[in-house]
Amino acid sequence: MMDEGTELSVTIAQIVQRLKGAHLHSQLEKQARECLHRPEIKLESLKEDVRNFLRVSGWERKLQNAVYRELHILPPPGHPAAPPEHTKEPLAYMRKAQASWEKRILKSLNSMCTELGVPLARKRPIPEQKELTNKWNEMGTDEPDLSKFRPVYAPKDFLEVLISLKNPNHDCREGLTARSHWGLIQISLNVRAIPQMREAYPELSLTCCQLGIDDHAHIPPDLFESEHIRIGNKVVSEQDSAAAQQYSRQGCPTGLRAQLWALILNATNEPEDIMHYEQLKAAVIHHDLLVDNLIYKDVKLTASNDDYYFVFEDFLYQVLLCFSRDTAVLEHFSYNSATPPKSYIQGKTGTEEFAVVYPPNGVVPFHGFSMYVAPLCFLYNEPSKLYSVFREMYVRYFFRLHSISSSPSGIVSLCLQFERLLQSHLPQLFYHLQKIGAQPLRIAFKWMVRAFSGYLSTDQLLLLWDRVLGYDSLEIVAVLAAAVFAFRAENLMEVTSLASAEAVLADLSTLKVMPLLQIFLFA
Amino acid sequence: MTGNPVDCTVKSTVALQIGDVVSDSFRPGVYITDVVFGEPVNIQEISFKNSYTAFLTVRVLRKEAGSEDGSTKWVTCVRNHCLMANPHTEEGSQDYFSIYRQQMLTQPDNVTTVRLIQRQPSSVWLNFNIEEIKIYPLVHEDSERDVPSWLSTITPVEEPLDLNGLPDPDEVSSSIQQMWALTEIMQSSQTSASIGRFDVDGSYDINLLSYT
Repeated sequence: MMDEGTELSVTIAQIVQRLKGAHLHSQLEKQARECLHRPEIKLESLKEDVRNFLRVSGWERKLQNAVYRELHILPPPGHPAAPPEHTKEPLAYMRKAQASWEKRILKSLNSMCTELGVPLARKRPIPEQKELTNKWNEMGTDEPDLSKFRPVYAPKDFLEVLISLKNPNHDCREGLTARSHWGLIQISLNVRAIPQMREAYPELSLTCCQLGIDDHAHIPPDLFESEHIRIGNKVVSEQDSAAAQQYSRQGCPTGLRAQLWALILNATNEPEDIMHYEQLKAAVIHHDLLVDNLIYKDVKLTASNDDYYFVFEDFLYQVLLCFSRDTAVLEHFSYNSATPPKSYIQGKTGTEEFAVVYPPNGVVPFHGFSMYVAPLCFLYNEPSKLYSVFREMYVRYFFRLHSISSSPSGIVSLCLQFERLLQSHLPQLFYHLQKIGAQPLRIAFKWMVRAFSGYLSTDQLLLLWDRVLGYDSLEIVAVLAAAVFAFRAENLMEVTSLASAEAVLADLSTLKVMPLLQIFLFA
Repeated sequence: MTGNPVDCTVKSTVALQIGDVVSDSFRPGVYITDVVFGEPVNIQEISFKNSYTAFLTVRVLRKEAGSEDGSTKWVTCVRNHCLMANPHTEEGSQDYFSIYRQQMLTQPDNVTTVRLIQRQPSSVWLNFNIEEIKIYPLVHEDSERDVPSWLSTITPVEEPLDLNGLPDPDEVSSSIQQMWALTEIMQSSQTSASIGRFDVDGSYDINLLSYT
């Protein structure tokens, strides 16, 4: 590969290009211009003084945070000869599988459209626009007839696709060998085993204090909690993204979590963010999309039925409807193996000037999608801030849970890692479950696709997502799934059918996440 | 990445195995691909697309300097360059790679044939190969180019001429020029700030989604 110096230059150039048109760039220029009036800026040492001023006033830190954010989402520098689809997903057979899965989704949407006679998109007449504007804060009181709509797909449909995923170059002729897959996933991806996880996640070790374990009621707060909160306050006052991420590995205190997550994700609530959100709201008012009905249905079926989240129903509509209209989300498709669905307006099929993306953000929601947003409602009560944080979490992590890719945080890797961890840690349990027709992945998949949202109690879920943000990876979700099986292993060894295995693992709301993870990885 | 690839003939791949290629059920673990040039070339870069090869050894047939009758010698340029970190797993299996002159053990000058020895020790894969082989010749840089000031702060400008283990100035300058060219391309293209409109001239009437 190219030597490190060249790679660094390419990365720098890419980040500079991305930040050039951003609001931060114009703000920095404005600040630099205005500071020229200040007495401490001398002509002889102009450059140094301006840079000093920017550092002292906190603007350099904002730039650092912005660069850090870009580094997170920037795909690794590829080879110049590699085509763009290679950046999205290097393995050809996975690209093909993703494309045919997407085609199925499109067909399903199209047939829903023609069967129900509902257009994919239409402009709302003015009276309807007025009505929606008035009802914006209480869309949950609406009871539209959603019986005809059905979700485009559910996680179990997606699981079947992943199970059937095969590498045509993979030798599966022979019977059971050392290299065979006795789980459902038949792909040989590089997943980390326990020794490597221990090295990668040292902050979770038994000797390291953390929230979720060492803030328990009977442990005096002076041992860890007070000091941890003090450091947390310092991190927030410094406004340092990278420090917040490192801090989050040991858990975020409840009072600081909202600010820390926003810092890690560099999700700001500046006037331009609020304006962007208002623009999206206007777009929702102007156009009615078929996808909106899917969102309504999903919220009604999942979040509204959940004891913890039903109060946030209105927030969920406000976030998800706007999310569908946000074209800024399209950027993430350069590193997502998925491709946004395309259509042509006014029936002008084939004419590129009339090509549009549908929905505008390119993401078709599936059954359970609203659960990605629901836990965040506990942290943020301003819709525009909630929206910024959710959008950033989606384009960094959640999109990997419902697209076929070889990424280490992708759902295929998570499934394989779950199976491998269980196979090496509890081979007897795995073999027993496999024999009775209760493949563990069939039960754990729905947890992992939602990153456990809706299955754990909220405070535990937020502790889990602290680590997802802290380690910038969804791997911990797969480890938790294996840890849950390990915890209930005794009961599971007694069951004799898939249904009874499901029953043993039906209720996870009493589980404490951090002790489970710690024991599984380090004990 | 400099210049155009050299015209070359890529010979068909030969498997190295004991016994008959056709009748034996054993799959070979080593393949050899030869790339022949019309005339001797000074190689700058070899780029290719991997297809499940784990390790690559590159040997070149060099025309000996100063010999009139064209005596040639095989030398190893790269030994067991790792393409797949774990030969049993997919990482790196379909990636694009480049091997540069600077990484080679011996100078690939006056080369008539390049021999690519591909190894895949894992029995997990049915086939392995390397594809899209392109070989770039050494291009002589004779024009002076201005280096932007921020770039010069990354690489040190002052270098003592006494090379005590320091890199050759010519090599450094050629790699700086490569970096500069890349950054120029990036900076001259437009900003990526999006406007946010999803409709075309106010219209977003869509009937059906397109499958192509």
